[in-house]
Amino acid sequence: MIRTLQKVSYKILMNASTGAVGASLIKNKKLLRRGLLTALLLVSSVVSLFVGVADISVYDAFTGDAEKLFLISASRFPRTISLVLAGIGMSTSGLIMQQLTRNKFVSPTTAGSLDAAQLGLLLALILLPSAGTFMKGGFAFVFTFAASLVFLRIVDSIRIRNVIFVPLVGLMFGAILNSVATFFAVNLNIVQDVNAWMMADFSGVLSGKYEMIYFSLPAVAITYFYANKFTLIGMGEDFAKNLGLNYRFVMNLGLFCVSLTLSAIVLTAGAIPFLGLVVPNLVTMMYGDNIKKVLPEIALFGAAFLLICDIIGRLIIYPFEIPIGLMVGIIGGAIFLIMLLRRR
Amino acid sequence: MRNNKINIVLISSLAIVSMVFYLFFNLGNSWEFALYYRGMKLAAILVVSCSVAYSTVSFQTLTTNRILTPSIMGFESVFMLLQTLLVFIYASESFKVVNNLENFLLSIVCMIGFAFLLYMLIYRKGVSNMYLLLLIGLVLGILLNTLSSFLQLLIDPNNFFIVQGKMFASFSNINQDLLGYALFILGITVLLSFRYIKRLDILALGREQAINLGLNYNKNIRLFLVVIAVLVSVSTALAGPVLFLGLLVSNLTYEILNTYKHEIIIPVCALVTAVVLVGGQFLTEYIFELSIPIGTIINFIGGIYFVYLLIRRKKL
Repeated sequence: MIRTLQKVSYKILMNASTGAVGASLIKNKKLLRRGLLTALLLVSSVVSLFVGVADISVYDAFTGDAEKLFLISASRFPRTISLVLAGIGMSTSGLIMQQLTRNKFVSPTTAGSLDAAQLGLLLALILLPSAGTFMKGGFAFVFTFAASLVFLRIVDSIRIRNVIFVPLVGLMFGAILNSVATFFAVNLNIVQDVNAWMMADFSGVLSGKYEMIYFSLPAVAITYFYANKFTLIGMGEDFAKNLGLNYRFVMNLGLFCVSLTLSAIVLTAGAIPFLGLVVPNLVTMMYGDNIKKVLPEIALFGAAFLLICDIIGRLIIYPFEIPIGLMVGIIGGAIFLIMLLRRR
Repeated sequence: MRNNKINIVLISSLAIVSMVFYLFFNLGNSWEFALYYRGMKLAAILVVSCSVAYSTVSFQTLTTNRILTPSIMGFESVFMLLQTLLVFIYASESFKVVNNLENFLLSIVCMIGFAFLLYMLIYRKGVSNMYLLLLIGLVLGILLNTLSSFLQLLIDPNNFFIVQGKMFASFSNINQDLLGYALFILGITVLLSFRYIKRLDILALGREQAINLGLNYNKNIRLFLVVIAVLVSVSTALAGPVLFLGLLVSNLTYEILNTYKHEIIIPVCALVTAVVLVGGQFLTEYIFELSIPIGTIINFIGGIYFVYLLIRRKKL
């Protein structure tokens, strides 16, 4: 879809600006691209506000029916905003992880980070049952950060420079963290409940219960300001150090951002598989690896993608819902498989 | 070499002692029943040990990597999806509709079918990258897992326990008929393939060297991939998923033995697996009093061992 959009926009531009200087053409093209993505995001957000079991039309929102306005402010708006934030957060953290490990196939799913966040949450629930959301989020954060450190160390020690091998080890690492979590779940006889928490689902997002997700915003902001430095990290340790980069600091900062974003999202909605893998890859395939330039596109596209998946999930078996974890898992997994098979 | 012999004797006697101890420990009054029951479990443990040892060691040789196990290719996800689907469709009637034997055979057919689809997908593309094969299997596995977890959410909590019982390996209720079939399939596979076992020694050298030494690389890889698929399916269908067992025992075996001959490594690894499984079974029965299935204990220990392997090793 984006590709066709891009083609269309390109054609329009080619027709419109024949004779214009190259630089302004590129700039216009970029603006148009972002404009289109923003429009897509806005349209899907509006649709998301008005799709659901309770019948609320755009018209109702303006007539001021108290009950319907309450529904929007208590459920639909929090849901839409957390979908947008989760989409932005997952795709930017995927991008950072790919830069830090210098591997296109690394993402929160393929590095064990999501499993670590889940394990942290589960342990918080077991050890401190009365803990507040903040405490649980803290647990998830610590676990994600530690797991990312361990994973980076593993990547460093892999001598086979095979692009495929790194995500393979990462997935195994995730499976281990998962089996540790399962061990506790079996002991407490809560396997089915744990499954239910972990399957990403935004239908339980209500005002008063979702605010933790705003913690992903500062992380995304930091990512944007440090974007150029992350691009340098992606060029390798020696090169980055040679250019005067404080390698350790930027590396840890990246991990900090990723862990903060992921734990906020897992706490609010659950683990969203493959999103952080597929979106950055699709976007950088088209627009290149300069993070500062493509970050807005990645964020916009990630958010729109997640929103659209959620809307489809809400409509397919209406009035019931398919959890977004399943929707994104299937669509994202299929895209990832195609990427793998078409890779030369 | 001398060290090897001593170690082999040690591990064999350890295996025998642990089995005898398991059989006769605290027999009680109705000793005939207890012996028969424990004998069945022991036989199942031996079948699983042989399958896991053979499949894991040859898999690690094919991939020239010691931190991988064939389970990651998605076999267990297929098994779990099938079990979940059965309970999802037939609910608590699933035992009546599909009996144990049918379930066993169906699981094997599904898992082997999945493996062949996967192999065909890769080889039709003309891709001979082993890691790609694994990653695709793994991603498919995650997809199937997501689907299973979704279905598991919808299952009635009472019926969910049927699924949960299948999620983790257990030797506590082994069916005699299934054991016979499993033994039969295992026997045939081992008999047919064991004379090619020395080719694994050459495959372990890597693709280029193997071809250089005159081995038909692709053909042999395919041969052992089929063997692996069959063995993993049999052990999974018989006892349930044992994700990290292979990893644990194969690496223990490499520590014990100082040889590259697969005709020695594989049998010794089977013995090590038997010791680990008998020990684990003893733990579940007498320490945890059957509150935790052996599969979770093994995954827990095997998982921690894997992290240790990853961190300790300078090179992977």
